[in-house]
Amino acid sequence: MAMTTGRSAARDTGVVVILGALLVLGLPLVADTNMLTLLVIYGMLALSLGLIWGFGGILCFGQAAFFGLGAYTFAIAGINIGESTLPLVLSVLVPAAVAALLGAFMFYGRLGDVYLAVITLVFSLILFRWLNTTAGPAYVIGNARLGGFNGIPGFPLLNVPGYPRWELWGDPLYYVAAVALLVVFLLVSWLLRSSFGRIAIGIRENEERVSLLGYDIRARKTVLFAIGAGIAGLAGALFAAWAEVVTPSLFSLQQSAEIIIWCIVGGLGTRFGPVLGAAVVTSVKITLGGQAMLDNMLVLGLILVLFVLFLPRGIAPELARLWAWAIGGNRKPVRRRAPRGGVADG
Amino acid sequence: MDLSVVILIEVLYAIASLALISAGLAVVFGMMKVINLAHGEFMVLGGYATITAVGLGVNIFIAMLIIAPIVVGLFGLVVERLVFRHLYGRMIDTMLASWGLSLMMIGGFKMIFGNTTTGVAGPIPGFSVGNYQVNGYNLFVIVVSVLLLVAMVAVLRGTRFGLVARGTMQRSDMAAAMGHSPDRVYMTTFALGSALAGLAGGVMAPLVGLVPTAGAAFIAKAFITVIAGGPVLVAGLASAAGTFGLVNQVFSFLVSPVVGDVALLVAAVVLLRLIPRGITSRFFRGRI
Repeated sequence: MAMTTGRSAARDTGVVVILGALLVLGLPLVADTNMLTLLVIYGMLALSLGLIWGFGGILCFGQAAFFGLGAYTFAIAGINIGESTLPLVLSVLVPAAVAALLGAFMFYGRLGDVYLAVITLVFSLILFRWLNTTAGPAYVIGNARLGGFNGIPGFPLLNVPGYPRWELWGDPLYYVAAVALLVVFLLVSWLLRSSFGRIAIGIRENEERVSLLGYDIRARKTVLFAIGAGIAGLAGALFAAWAEVVTPSLFSLQQSAEIIIWCIVGGLGTRFGPVLGAAVVTSVKITLGGQAMLDNMLVLGLILVLFVLFLPRGIAPELARLWAWAIGGNRKPVRRRAPRGGVADG
Repeated sequence: MDLSVVILIEVLYAIASLALISAGLAVVFGMMKVINLAHGEFMVLGGYATITAVGLGVNIFIAMLIIAPIVVGLFGLVVERLVFRHLYGRMIDTMLASWGLSLMMIGGFKMIFGNTTTGVAGPIPGFSVGNYQVNGYNLFVIVVSVLLLVAMVAVLRGTRFGLVARGTMQRSDMAAAMGHSPDRVYMTTFALGSALAGLAGGVMAPLVGLVPTAGAAFIAKAFITVIAGGPVLVAGLASAAGTFGLVNQVFSFLVSPVVGDVALLVAAVVLLRLIPRGITSRFFRGRI
């Protein structure tokens, strides 16, 4: 992305807002809003991992843990409070706080890539296991029973702030979620343009060099990790409002796997790629759900293997290249770099 | 007295089963640096191979000790040629591709064997120690596991192939200069690692109800055992399995099996925080 000057930043924001508004308003004409809401929520979840992995170089195998934490926070706080504005805020703050603790634990221990992946994986597994055993009446938080394998149904849905009776579902929920995604997308863009974001990218490229320049990479990685978790938590809350039930499967390995697949398919190191990847893969999955010939997971797995082998940079950089080619040759070509690197265009 | 014997057997069994399910991964990940997230599904494949063979009338010991390793070893060979050989040296990519592979295998199991629990009866009857009943099969797992570790040391230290394999993993260019084909060595080692996973799957098959998604239960334990073990293959495997098996059983006895599992995971996280490079980065250095 062309960062730096104020003018290009303003142009970038303008393009995102206009394209985003067109998509938000136009998509309901061609697709069912119920499904679109899900795609938007998954897009936000993918964006959260795309931020910390694609730009921060933190491969989190347990992003689903923060998604699930957000959803559970929304449900539990909603039952106890009786409306959903404060729970929505909490569902961002709680996962962010948990991620800050977990991140501090990992980054201040200077753990490498693989260990980080395994610890985040184990973390979401612990939550998954534990929540599955909370079926008994002993497991209550306030008035909310955790409900074990069956999860928590019947919590207050998203409502207009201050008016608990005006619940949002169906089309209004889609517009709220879509605008939320747009706002988060703009915030992420702004974050990446700020010095914090550029140093985060520097850390991804060469941790040692950035640390020798005097930046505290441990604190910065922890903060970035927490921000990603907060976004995932918001996606989780919206998911809870959409699904109207939260279950431990939100924490499952498959959920975490899917988030990673979205990012790989869409394109790492881009802002738009993960969102696109989530939409494409989920659409494929839903379409496949209608037929019984091939198992869903078989196809998802095949997609992941093929992308890793043949298109490790994902769809978005290729689209950007196509776009640059289509509107004329006077632009400099997208830089070809090693996989997982590359500051490609968002 | 009787109780302490029973507890001792249970602890040894927990340690042995951890070592058994991690052995294949220790070779594939510990030696070859391929993060095989499909390890659990390799084991499940071994389990299905065993159950299918028993269903066809094969003796159960032949099925689990010979057929399962061969089937999974061949499968590993095919997968290595198709996918992993393109990804050596790119750890994160091996992790992603193998995750894709694991999803594919789960999908395949569902299509072939159905989304139901299958199982096979344990072939060894239980016996009693005083007032307590002990599952005889647990002793069998302990014996297999010990023999396996001894065999791994013997192959790695005692045979020419073990020497060449270890050398190739350290400096494949030097091994190539000395006339060995790294490609061939990698292929063989991966197939052997897969065969070990198949063996583990076959041996565990009578103990767990096999469902297509059963691999997930093994993968986390196997990974933390291998990672916590560290760079020294067999000693790391034994010491990490010893630590985690003990923690798991102690908490299982004191509280409940689920808490035992959670305690194992927590112990792993804390251990990795304290010794990020694994137990054998500090102890047993320079052995096998």
